[in-house]
Amino acid sequence: MARKWRNNNADFPQKPYDLIHEMLVALGIMGALVLVLAAVFSTADVPALTAQQVARQDPKLLLQNALDDLSGQDAISTYGPPYNNSGTAQSIAGFSPAQMAGVQIPINSAKVNVLDPLNKVAKVDTSLQSPLQTWSKATVKQRSAWVNQIESALNHATLQHGVLVVPAASPDGYGPLPTMLNAYLGLARSGLLESAIDGGSGPMPATNRTESLLLLQDVPDAQYANQLDMSGNQWGIIKETGNYPGAVWLWFYTLLYQIPPFVNSSSADLEVVLTTGLVTILLVLTPFIPGLRSLPKVFGIYKLIWRRWYRTTTKKGRGHA
Amino acid sequence: MKKNMTRSLRLWVQNTLPMENLLPDSMPAYVDSYVYLFGILTVAALVWLIITGTVLAIFGPQWWHVSPIGHFFNSMHFWSVQAFFFFMVLHLWAQFMMAAWRGGRHWTWIGGWLLFLVSIVAGLTGYLSQNNFDSQWIGVQGKDAINSTGVGGFFNILNFGQMYGLHIFVLPMVIIVLLAIHLMLVRMHGVVEPLPNGKEEVDDGEKVAE
Repeated sequence: MARKWRNNNADFPQKPYDLIHEMLVALGIMGALVLVLAAVFSTADVPALTAQQVARQDPKLLLQNALDDLSGQDAISTYGPPYNNSGTAQSIAGFSPAQMAGVQIPINSAKVNVLDPLNKVAKVDTSLQSPLQTWSKATVKQRSAWVNQIESALNHATLQHGVLVVPAASPDGYGPLPTMLNAYLGLARSGLLESAIDGGSGPMPATNRTESLLLLQDVPDAQYANQLDMSGNQWGIIKETGNYPGAVWLWFYTLLYQIPPFVNSSSADLEVVLTTGLVTILLVLTPFIPGLRSLPKVFGIYKLIWRRWYRTTTKKGRGHA
Repeated sequence: MKKNMTRSLRLWVQNTLPMENLLPDSMPAYVDSYVYLFGILTVAALVWLIITGTVLAIFGPQWWHVSPIGHFFNSMHFWSVQAFFFFMVLHLWAQFMMAAWRGGRHWTWIGGWLLFLVSIVAGLTGYLSQNNFDSQWIGVQGKDAINSTGVGGFFNILNFGQMYGLHIFVLPMVIIVLLAIHLMLVRMHGVVEPLPNGKEEVDDGEKVAE
């Protein structure tokens, strides 16, 4: 089959060129640059936010997190696929790839984040067994009543020597929740909550920490990120902790989240991903798109790039060897 | 002669990429701008990524959190990433401004974009492998975009083991293979000649292949 292209570099006047030498020089320049940048600026290493840290600095936030998990009102319980079918997957005009893919990583927040870890504690502290049995035997309606009661009281609750003390309950009471929540707080303070959560997820919990990462993914992580100027409406993914650059090359992707129509959309993620994908496809196919492939001539930057060549050649045609 | 795959491959290589094109010792006079260095600087950054990344992998993902030398290698790896993308983006813009896809070089252009996209995924898996608040935040935030596309069950960015394995082996292999093809195409086709000087019509229906 006849080839449609030809390497015509030899048709032009030549200059000496040493490919290997250029590569070695580039390696040297880059090595020096990287060494200097690392020596001068180092890199950030802010430790991950842990339940232990939240239990110490804002215990009521962790308890509210647990209550949301128990009542199925947390962000993951209402997320939808791939975690469950209890939420609405993002869609555009009825097209929802998340819905099509379905539940791939089933997560029951109440069980995974609260009840399973507490059941592990109950093997050590057997006094927890009875409250947990009371919870498991209660109806959904009863559980909701207990959760609502204690949530209302949480603002007025205090922590005395690390123990949650709630105001006197109404006749409905708090049920087994005060005991359960205190045990939960104790587990978090010990630093063992995350491993108690991940321990039930498979044979290699240390390498797949999906569940414990989802524990704090809503308000706790967002508050911490906001303090570090890393929220979406601050710098988003293009900034790391400290003032270190993040994925600066994703500026277009992260910018879309901040502008209409994406900024207030409930399917913003899908819309941003598809928009970025579409723009990328157009750029990839530039050689085949009339108009787009002529923009280099319109911009005229090529005249700067090849200005020395243009100076040394005649107006008509190119110089030949 | 009986059909022979080895001979066919040898003849194809001799015809498509003769040694004087693979390893030339001269270049067309128009290849005379600092802009032509962006590509090789990107490759150089990749080499330093692999060197520093290999050291990090040898000592394990915990090392750089507990050792000052490990932290320094992590810093070098981090700044290599920034340099890698910095020069890659400059290289991409330069190729766009030069309409470097001309003369049948559309696969070089497309391959370059594939390299960029795979590199983005490599960078993402790297950020996720850090095991600090950055990786935690990027993970819980990024999951929403990936889940919305339906691939979150397969490509689970909260699964450290999966992301780390992709980052230190699978994606570097893909990048190296794509880069080898990209460089081969550049050497096969040669460097694209300059656009004709002077005012030209916009969208003159220029053909992709000559």
